[in-house]
This record gives sequence, structure tokens and C-alpha cells, in this order.
Amino acid sequence: MRVLAAMSGGVDSAVAAARAVEAGHDVTGVHLALARNPQTYRTGARGCCTLEDSRDARRAADVLGIPFYVWDLADRFHEDVVETFVAEYAAGRTPNPCLRCNEKIKFAAVLDRAVALGFDAVVTGHHARLGPDGLLRRSVDLGKDQSYVLAVLTREQLDRSIFPLGDSTKAQVREEAARRGLAVADKPDSHDICFIADGDTRGFLADKLGEAPGEIVDARTGAVVGAHSGAYAYTVGQRKGLSLGVPAPDGKPRYVLSITPKTNTVTVGPAEALEVSTVAGERPVWTGGPRPTAALDCEVQLRAHGQVVPANVRLDGAGLRAELREPVRGVAAGQAIVVYRPDPGGDVVLGSATISAAA
Amino acid sequence: MAGREWIGTSGAGAGPAARGRASEAPARTLALGWMLMTYLDHAATTPMLEEALEAYAATAREVGNPSSLHAAGRCARRRVEESRERIAAVLGARPSEVVFTGGGTESDNLAVKGIFWARRAADPGRIRVVASAVEHHAVLDSVEWLATRDGATASWLPVDQAGRLDPDRLAAELDAHAGEVALVTAMWANNEVGTVQPIAALAEVAAAYGIPFHTDAVQAVGQVPVDFAASGVAALTVTGHKLGGPVGVGALLLGRDVGCTPVLHGGGQERDVRSGTLDAAGIVAFAVAVEAAVKAQQEYAARVAALRDDLVARVRQAVPEAVYNGDPADRLPGNAHFSFPGCEGDALLMLLDAQGIACSTGSACSAGVAQPSHVLLAMGADDDRARSSLRFSLGHTSTAEDVAALVAALPAVVERARRAGAVKSTRS
Repeated sequence: MRVLAAMSGGVDSAVAAARAVEAGHDVTGVHLALARNPQTYRTGARGCCTLEDSRDARRAADVLGIPFYVWDLADRFHEDVVETFVAEYAAGRTPNPCLRCNEKIKFAAVLDRAVALGFDAVVTGHHARLGPDGLLRRSVDLGKDQSYVLAVLTREQLDRSIFPLGDSTKAQVREEAARRGLAVADKPDSHDICFIADGDTRGFLADKLGEAPGEIVDARTGAVVGAHSGAYAYTVGQRKGLSLGVPAPDGKPRYVLSITPKTNTVTVGPAEALEVSTVAGERPVWTGGPRPTAALDCEVQLRAHGQVVPANVRLDGAGLRAELREPVRGVAAGQAIVVYRPDPGGDVVLGSATISAAA
Repeated sequence: MAGREWIGTSGAGAGPAARGRASEAPARTLALGWMLMTYLDHAATTPMLEEALEAYAATAREVGNPSSLHAAGRCARRRVEESRERIAAVLGARPSEVVFTGGGTESDNLAVKGIFWARRAADPGRIRVVASAVEHHAVLDSVEWLATRDGATASWLPVDQAGRLDPDRLAAELDAHAGEVALVTAMWANNEVGTVQPIAALAEVAAAYGIPFHTDAVQAVGQVPVDFAASGVAALTVTGHKLGGPVGVGALLLGRDVGCTPVLHGGGQERDVRSGTLDAAGIVAFAVAVEAAVKAQQEYAARVAALRDDLVARVRQAVPEAVYNGDPADRLPGNAHFSFPGCEGDALLMLLDAQGIACSTGSACSAGVAQPSHVLLAMGADDDRARSSLRFSLGHTSTAEDVAALVAALPAVVERARRAGAVKSTRS
């Protein structure tokens, strides 16, 4: 097959490309330039848009002996990922930009262009398994598993994707990179949101959305217990950084329960009030088999690296509804609910949806 | 598969696993990669002439700093001075007017900044730089740097749809700002669309106002007749690797009475205008290449222009909607520049590259992202047309087979790139 390897400049995508070459594919490497004003070499926060990353990707392609190009997707990325990220926060939700980037950029804009240019598939260094059965499964390395941020992909997108790393642990990938002479073998993992170089999400949002002072209200008493400079800076389940002036009646810690953009109010309350047992999702995607017509016993994950809970899931009309078997705290609208079927060969992603409400 | 990327693979940096793969391609193939591909990017850099390579190797084996006073130093100095004379002789300059530099970018920086600084030092009112809008970034960014960081004012001379400058427009600009212009700079021939400027006429206008005129002739020397004295310019940039010499060596031809403040400070080796140990081997090879290119220019231009005309006719036939950019007549012999409506230049480049055909989209940023060409924008093209363009540049090793290979591959490549372009525009 003619395949396009998306090469971020990190160790995972370099090894993924190497494995695609070894599998006999005709591989072309592409680095995606996502930052509008690519910063020069910078230390500290690691992203995937620096000149250094572009150079690392190029050097990996050299070692593999594959052609290499840089594709400029900065405008698309800004529109579909960065602006959406800001708008979601402004609407009181908590978006996952990596998931959005997979949905709109890597497996949409890039994949579409690749297919139009004659490629059969896109190879990435995501840690997830995608076998001949077409099912997306968790990586063997559960600590690095990225099936959650890939669960948003449709059948058509998965059919044109190759994830060569799902059967390996991160340690094995690093070791293989060293063995192959890839200089990125010991490059540190990226954790931060790539377009927020210093990791200060709150500062980034304040910069984009401006100051918007409002009240923090206690859910039980209705009393104003504090002030904030922008409701968008808060996330459901957040405890730190609230600076509440009025102590709770029972002296127990309070958490953000909800954000109401309309009134610019942040509502806080006790931990128990965070617990939800029903989650509603919108825009569901179902790839793990035929869409179920009846309620289904399965497991769900409600945020990246979050806990997995048993649930009963139903698809109805344009939405998804999950009854959790045990209550979960800190479920934020805007995150994804991903539905898994436990499997000894790697839990299978059945489907996903964007969380719209939880109770 | 391993054979696919031999063109750009040195093999030296490859790891143990990759080395096994690269070994399928013999070492000799790696070195002569350009001979086995359809190389249509001579304006970016052209293969070194065999005699220049030999001269380089012979001189590089010798020892001696041209500034040293002993026999070895004198020997190296002699090679440099002989080279200076050879270059001066074929380019219509005096030997003392040849200032060796590290190439085109350095010569352009030295001319633009150095002459500006010298003129302003002599007359603080002279703060304006008049430059064409289609300059190479070495000039463009030097002027912009002076404007944003050093108190200069830039006047950008517009071009017409063919990329040509108008001497009357220059005269009007100088009329309006006579007393405050420090220098005028305009390239002899454009690196992207190949348009050759009326340099003598432009220089005459500048001379009438007593203003030094610099021209970046990097693309012109060896391609069209270039005579420093006859052209009337005060300073002229030339570089080695566009005419069969090595990369990293060039010269600024600088009139004897043209003041120029140094950019690089140090030993003052070159007329106290440029410092740095002289690269005797590079300079000797550069001189061999300049001399060969200039002496062969007429025959070369006739042969390459005929090839180019054939290429243009056949590309137009194969892709009727292709737009031929630049001046149809006053043009570098090896340059063919097209816009392919509905296509993105970088998609075309990638698809041609996959078939072993090398061409160019114009300039790219340091990360490798293709940028819309400021030259095409200045010629009145919109952003889409600027992004849809490709340059094919022929040179001394080009053959009819190169043209045939391009023409054979192009229709399918354009068709595919157009579909990819359509995908992109419907989604955004």
C-alpha cells in the first residue's frame, strides 16, 4: 500500500513509520505544521509544532530512507481545534483538543488530502490496536493507551488508518527506536496541549476571552461565596484555586459542580453533589459492530486516562444515554464518553459521543 | 522501496538498521543522484562543473592562508588574486572591484546594509532605500530589517503583470524623494519567474540622481550577458553555485568609489569591507565556473532556451489551462514558470518528486512549509494562483529527455493534484 506517515518529530510516530516501511508499504513521511507562527527552538514545554520537532521528524525520515514533506495545516488547525477549544470553554464545557485534532485534522484534512493524492492510508504513532477485524482496541500498554482520543473516528476513517504500535509498550518502542538508530529514541513525551506552549491553559483562555468577573455560588445555600475573573477558567470537579471567602457550613471541601455561561456563574458544592449516574452524549459514533437497537451492558470511560465504569448504554435517535452502575465524580460536558467491550485481547471500542449532560 | 530515496540520502547519518537498506544503492549512485533523476531545479542550485570540482580539489590539497606572509601564504594569495582577475575580466570589472564573500545572501546583505550605512553616515538625510517588490529574500529582508530596526524608509517599486520594472516609475520615485534616497536595489533577473529587468536603463536613472544602484545578478550571470562597467551599476551580487561553482562562495562587485560599511568585522581581508579568511579553494573553483559560464553563455542560452521553449509548448499542450508566468521574451533561458489552476504547488511538487522529477514551488519557511510567492503577488496574482505555481528551471546538464519525462508525467499529476485541491476547498 502507499501510506502516509504523520511524523510529529516524536519517538512514537518515527517507530510507527519504521514499522510501516518494514511491513513493505510504500511510505511517505509528512510533518504537520500546525502553529501559525512556528516558534523557534524553545525549552521547557514540549509541543509538536516547533522547528526542532520538524527537524527531528525529517531526520527520522532520513534514517528510514523515505521521502519527507511538511504540510501546512495551521489555518485548519486554528479554526477546527484552537477556536473550537476556546469556544467550548466559553460555553462552559471542557473540550479535549487532541480528540478534536484527530477528528478534524489528522484523520480528516490530512487523510482526505492523502487519499486524493493517491495514498491508501495514514499511519500514526498512536498507542492503540486496530487489527484486520477493523476493531479499535486499547493498547497493550494501558498507561499509554490512546484509544480514548481515537474513539471519535468513524468507520471510514478507521478503514484508512494504521496504528502499528498497539501491540508494544512505550518502553519497547523506545528500545526499538534506539536499535533503529533513530535519534528521537529518548526524546521526552509530550503532555501539554501543543498550542499552549507554557502549559498555562487559564492564561491562554484569559488572553483569548478577556476578563469576565462573576460570582461563585454555593449550590446548597444559594449564597455568593466567592468571585472569579472568568467562568471559562473552571472545570467541573475542580477543587483547587477557588479561593472561596465564605467557609462551607459543614467545613468540608467544595468542588465546582457546574458552570453557567449565561449568568457567568460558577456553582460549587460538596463532593457528593458531583456524583452522576446518568450521562447523555450527542453526535454518537459507533464502530464496534452494528449499532445496537437495545440497551447494552458494557463499560464506559468519561475522560482521558479516567476510570472505567460498568454501564448500560442505549443509542436513541441522535444521542447516546448511559446509566452508570456506580456513580462517578467530575464528569464534564464537552469530554467524550467512550464505550468499551471488555476483551482479553484488548478492550474493544464500541463507540463514543460528546458528553452533553450528566446527572 | 529502499531505492526510492537514494537521491537525497547520504547514508552517513543512517543508523545500523537503515544502513543495511541503503547498501542496496551503490555509493556511486548516491553521489551522482542528480544524473539519474529529472533535475529541473537548476535555479536553486546547479551541478558543479567538472573543471571547477577539479580546481577545488587541487587547491584544497594545498596549505596556506592567503593572508600569511610566507611562501605557502603567498601561493594561496596568488591563487586568490588570479581568480579575482579571471572574474573581473569576464564580468567587465576591475580586479579591485571584486570583493569575495560567502555567497549571494552575504553579498546582498553587504551591499544593501553597507551602502545604506555609508551613505547615511555621509549625509544623515539619506534614509530611504528604493527596492523592487520582487527581490530575493536576501535583499527583501535586508531592506525590511533596515526599515524596522534601523530607521530606514523603504520604497517598494511595483512590477507589471510580467514582473517587469519601469524605469520611469523609478525616476518618479527618485524625483519625489531625491535628497533622501541612500540607494536603489533591483535584481538583474528574477529567481522565480525569470523576468530579466532593464538594468542598464534603471541604473542610468539612478546615476542621473547620483544614487548608487545595486543589482542582485545571482540568476543572471552565465545566463544573459552581464557586464559590470557597461551596465552602470555601483554594486553587483554574483554567487558560485548557480553557475557550476561551489556553494558558499560568491562576490560583490563593488565600484571603487562606492562607500560601503562592513557587515562582518575582523581582519579586513577584502578591501576592509569584508573580513574572514579567504577560501582559496572555493574562490579558485568559483572563478573557473564564472569564466566557463560567461564564455559559454551565448551557446548555452541558445541551447537551453530552445529546450525551455519546447518544454513550455508541450506543457501548454498537455495542460491547456496552465498559466505561463513571467515575461515571455525578456526572460532567463532556463526558466519556465507556471500556475496550474485548482492545484496546490506543494502537492504537484510531491507527486512529481515521487516520479523522480525535481522542481520548485518558490520559497519555503525554515520548517519547510511552502509560502505563497511574494513575486507572484506583486505581479497581481491572487493567493490561489500564487500557491498553485511551479518553477521548472533548466541548466547546463539538461536534455530533451528531461523535458520528455516531465511532459509525460505532468497531466496525471495535475489531474490528481486538482482532485486533492478540490477536497481541500470543499471542506474548509
